[in-house]
Amino acid sequence: MDSGVPALVLEDITCRFAARDGGEAYTAVADTSLTVAAGEFVSVVGPTGCGKSTLLNIAAGLLAPSQGRVSVFGQPLVAASGVNRRAGYMFQADALMPWRTGIDNVIAGLEFRGVPRTEAVAQGEAWLRRVGLAGFGDRYPHQMSGGMRKRLALAQTLILSPDILLMDEPFSALDVQTRQLMENELLALWAEDKKSVLFITHDLEEAIALSDRVVVLSAGPATRPIGDFKVDLPRPRDVSEIRMTPGFLALHREIWAAMKEEVLKAYARQKAA
Amino acid sequence: MRLRALQVLVLGLVIAFWYVMTAPGLVPPFYFEKPNRAAFFFGEPQKVFWIIVDWFVSGEIFGHLGITLLETALGFLIGSVFGLVIGLWLALSPTASAVLDPYIKGLNSMPRVVLAPIFAVWFGLGIWSKVALGVTLVFFVVFFNVYQGVREVSPNLIASARMLGASPRQLLRSIYLPSAMSWVFASLHNAVGLAFVGAVVGEYLGSARGVGYLILQAEGTFDINTVFAGILVLTAFALALDAAVGAVERRLMTWQPRASETERV
Repeated sequence: MDSGVPALVLEDITCRFAARDGGEAYTAVADTSLTVAAGEFVSVVGPTGCGKSTLLNIAAGLLAPSQGRVSVFGQPLVAASGVNRRAGYMFQADALMPWRTGIDNVIAGLEFRGVPRTEAVAQGEAWLRRVGLAGFGDRYPHQMSGGMRKRLALAQTLILSPDILLMDEPFSALDVQTRQLMENELLALWAEDKKSVLFITHDLEEAIALSDRVVVLSAGPATRPIGDFKVDLPRPRDVSEIRMTPGFLALHREIWAAMKEEVLKAYARQKAA
Repeated sequence: MRLRALQVLVLGLVIAFWYVMTAPGLVPPFYFEKPNRAAFFFGEPQKVFWIIVDWFVSGEIFGHLGITLLETALGFLIGSVFGLVIGLWLALSPTASAVLDPYIKGLNSMPRVVLAPIFAVWFGLGIWSKVALGVTLVFFVVFFNVYQGVREVSPNLIASARMLGASPRQLLRSIYLPSAMSWVFASLHNAVGLAFVGAVVGEYLGSARGVGYLILQAEGTFDINTVFAGILVLTAFALALDAAVGAVERRLMTWQPRASETERV
């Protein structure tokens, strides 16, 4: 791993979207800088509709910022010339190919890279076991539960062993129990080879329980970071137990104090619209 | 089972009604002046039945059915391939789609059956004029389905494939094509039916073989019984084709959820 060089740097990012009817452009993100160190787990929290996903798409190279620079391990990322090849992306909604079986979904990335099928399948089976889906490789996504599909998506992303993991509220559609299970599994997988993670969520508890650092965004439009909190809770963590510890509660109070006003602002704006 | 019995009963009642109303002298004529007029205009079920039996026993029908089937299959295949390719192309190329949009709409609104005589001039009275008619009918069904299907591919799925390292070509092969194929299959029943219509209408307008030709010949001699026999054979044939399509669809589309088995864990 490139030691010392941050995995991901967003510098003075501004992102404006042209209004469809030629009216005033909508500024989703304004003057935002964000750094994720190699091996660091960073969560970004903010009220709904504040442009968190926009930020992640910029980091992925799927979207070009109107202003600002993105660099990945020191190399500038230009969205026009392709996506961020060192990152894996886990989407909020299902992004599995419904016409492929579990195993074929998991090895899709290897297939795109031209890995021979037998080798890819062997790796795929190993990953299915690691995410607890051994024996489900021949099922189609529609034959799986929401939790199983998330595991599948996780295996699909991690099989390429990306150096950076971008996650856009990946567990928000799951019920609380499944969600905590998945969070623990994510932490276990992360602890094995310490990838850099940029994790987007609107759930502060999830953010604190998982991360090394929590960045709070302001309400949209023109979202920018308004707080950066270090989470120095001991690892390994169990996400359901850590929520009861005094350290967690103190952090939660502190970050919530910073977030509360923005959440209320976003709510008021939604109600007015 | 009970349902089947009722279905057969409906068929029996219709045939019985047909027989009673047309058999000369069975019911006193109340609309036509002569007792055999009803049979002349509407045919008689038992005679229709024996014509069909005779066709199959003598083997006379097989050549005609074979031709009609060949025209249907060719019209369906060529039309589907064209629809798939052009649908993919226009869906992925906004400029071409914007330029061609009014023409596509125009061609689609045109009653394409009127092209049949032109095709007969262009392609002769052999099978190709019928295939051409089938193609024009099938093309639009498949085209619109593919076009719509490709444009509705979830942006998430595309972004995800790109993040997994798919090149534009791989994106076409593993995202756009499979998702377009599912729409092709959705239109398959319709497309096969239309290819069949193209073949029969084409034959009807001018041909030397095929079931449509049989019907045309019979009509020329006011042989209503043979006309009905032809229609019935065509109907049975269309049902068989539809069942075959259903079987193919079930085999190839196993990945699609059916209402009863979604989310089975």
